[in-house]
Amino acid sequence: MKRKLLAIGLGALMAISMAACGSGSSATSTAASSAATADDTGSVVTDTDAQSLAQSIKEDAGTNDGSLITVGFSQVGHESDWRTASTNSVKEAFSKDNGFDLQFVDCDNNSETQLQSVRNFIQQQVDYIIIDPIVSTGWDTVLTEAQDADIPVIVIDRTIDDSDKYTAWIGTDTKNEGLAAGAWLKDYAKAKGISDLNILVISGTTGSSAQIGRTEGFDQYVKSEGWNKLDEQTGDFTQDGGQQVMESYCKSYAGKFNVVVCQNDNEAFGAIDAMKAAGVSYGADGDVIVISFDACKAGLQMVLDGDINADFQCNPLQGPDCAKIVKALDAGQDVEKETFMAEPWYAHDDTVKSVSYTNNAGKDVTEDMIVVTQDIVDAGY
Amino acid sequence: MKNVWNNFKKNPLFLPIICMILVLLINLFKDPGFFSIGVKNGVLYGRLVDVLNRGSEIAILAIGQTLVVAVSAGTDISVGSVMALAACGGCVVLTGYGNTSVTSVIAPIGLGIFVGIIYGGICGCINGAMVAKLKVQPMVATLILYTAARAVGLLLCNNQISYIRYEPYKYLGNFFPGCPIPTPILVTILMIVLAQLILKKTSLGLYVQSVGINSRASKICGIDSEKICFICYVICGLCAGVAGMIASSRIYSADSNNIGLNYEMDSILAVALGGNSLAGGKFNMAGSIIGAYTIQAITTTLLAMGVSTDQAPVVKAIIVVAIVTIQAPVFRSWLEKRRTEKKLAKEAVV
Repeated sequence: MKRKLLAIGLGALMAISMAACGSGSSATSTAASSAATADDTGSVVTDTDAQSLAQSIKEDAGTNDGSLITVGFSQVGHESDWRTASTNSVKEAFSKDNGFDLQFVDCDNNSETQLQSVRNFIQQQVDYIIIDPIVSTGWDTVLTEAQDADIPVIVIDRTIDDSDKYTAWIGTDTKNEGLAAGAWLKDYAKAKGISDLNILVISGTTGSSAQIGRTEGFDQYVKSEGWNKLDEQTGDFTQDGGQQVMESYCKSYAGKFNVVVCQNDNEAFGAIDAMKAAGVSYGADGDVIVISFDACKAGLQMVLDGDINADFQCNPLQGPDCAKIVKALDAGQDVEKETFMAEPWYAHDDTVKSVSYTNNAGKDVTEDMIVVTQDIVDAGY
Repeated sequence: MKNVWNNFKKNPLFLPIICMILVLLINLFKDPGFFSIGVKNGVLYGRLVDVLNRGSEIAILAIGQTLVVAVSAGTDISVGSVMALAACGGCVVLTGYGNTSVTSVIAPIGLGIFVGIIYGGICGCINGAMVAKLKVQPMVATLILYTAARAVGLLLCNNQISYIRYEPYKYLGNFFPGCPIPTPILVTILMIVLAQLILKKTSLGLYVQSVGINSRASKICGIDSEKICFICYVICGLCAGVAGMIASSRIYSADSNNIGLNYEMDSILAVALGGNSLAGGKFNMAGSIIGAYTIQAITTTLLAMGVSTDQAPVVKAIIVVAIVTIQAPVFRSWLEKRRTEKKLAKEAVV
């Protein structure tokens, strides 16, 4: 008896927790359930049948609400503040007020779910599909299906490497962030009269695209300027990781370093705590220059406070640019295959007003450094 | 003197201690500065302090894990996730739901920490009920919270990292003002003393071993095996709660995605390095704790030597394999056999 009660209780607990999870993203669950039904029909009818069926469904839908552009958005997941900011930006840009009907699917970092969600969008004959691909390969089949169904696919943030059957890609280039950081450091050191740069790097998760790009970009300057890169170890993009690596650096290289590069803000928070504990003076008024990436709200606050000298943003707000492209496509215009979003670079002071570098696409660019104010912090993500 | 050495050699702690010393010896050759301990800003400062400080979470987890392994011949793989849940549960009490960054808290710090530890206890109860009452295999039973606890933590924190930028919240994971010893070390000592008191002053320690060796026989002898097993899982959950609150206080935030990530593996490894059999039964708490600090010593050593990050896991694996091999009974009996053979050969020559 006792056991039965316990089993029932546990069962109920599971059901409740599942319901709780579902309520947060009702669109996901409905989309998933309709995906299941769509799959069922797909298994009994032939491909051409499915297409004509889908076509008739689309015509029906067209008569229902012809004014709204239907868009399906398949997002990676919700693993970080950055991702949440990206999701919110797309949701805002594709609101009903702006003339869109957005279907959002959070794939929770499961590429299987993502493929299914895209197929589901195709079955539903949405007008446009937006994908933030979890993995960069294995997309050709499903993109061909989309192409056959005449649905333009727009890829955001991460890239698709094994197929070019998408219409446009919007995102950032992490190598440019690394290059900009290098260019800034070069000018900053010159302005401050620092000739010897001894650099410690706390890198991100080994093998992640942000880590590879930022390291590559920054190392290009290390090499060309003959800077001394003392060490590079990973902090796994976490605060605890950054702190532990910096604690070790402070002992191994006590008094020997004057630049710390953290590949995201969380690592910078940890590194700053570790330097504080070790009695190292850092930031705008200190001996050690701190460079960080991401520029989230808390990071910008630290730039404002002078704890971080410069912060290079990886712009998560793909929404507006993405909406612009969809509108252009809808008006029958051609769009560029690759769009790099504008990425602001932030600094504590105006020692360096702008940075010039050759970006990853081979173009010489000059970009302004933005001096952080309270307003900028408040507007951060 | 030789007598003392021989006695020490028979001590079950002999090999774990030797392994720990070996790991530290690497540093002695590489950089003797590893062992220097100084005082900076009024607090202890040095790599050995780092080992003790950073190893706290694993050591605390190892206390609970040892009991779980001993009593059920299985492992609690949910401890890392439970740490994250405890941290989120505790922080939410202090920040209020949905706030990403606060500079003052809405409840006493003590209450937040208490709630976090209670969350750990509740998770322990769930695991314990599944294993003790429902007889689910420990790995399967704890797999549920391994996946779910982190997600529940995310829900509690509204999918965000909640920061508590309030100085007293940092005390638990860093330093109490005026105390030169990192607080996590003090908490670990407290936890070890508490565990020893419970195990030695009550008969729990004895019962755990007897249930672990033969649960049915213990039941026939009048020991409530299910209850003992349940208690061990609850203790393990509470330990995870304490470790979670320390980890959260270190970074003054509840980061459900990263707190306690892969700690379940480290805690199990600590138990194994401590010379405990993962098949349950007799256990050696001190060994597990030494094992925990050995793991941290390896990590700190690799950081100190600047082993590049892509190679570090390989080096760590090699060291662990070496330690486990040295401790393996097969290897030891082989050594013993060789020694006697040599002795016999020598005698034969004479």
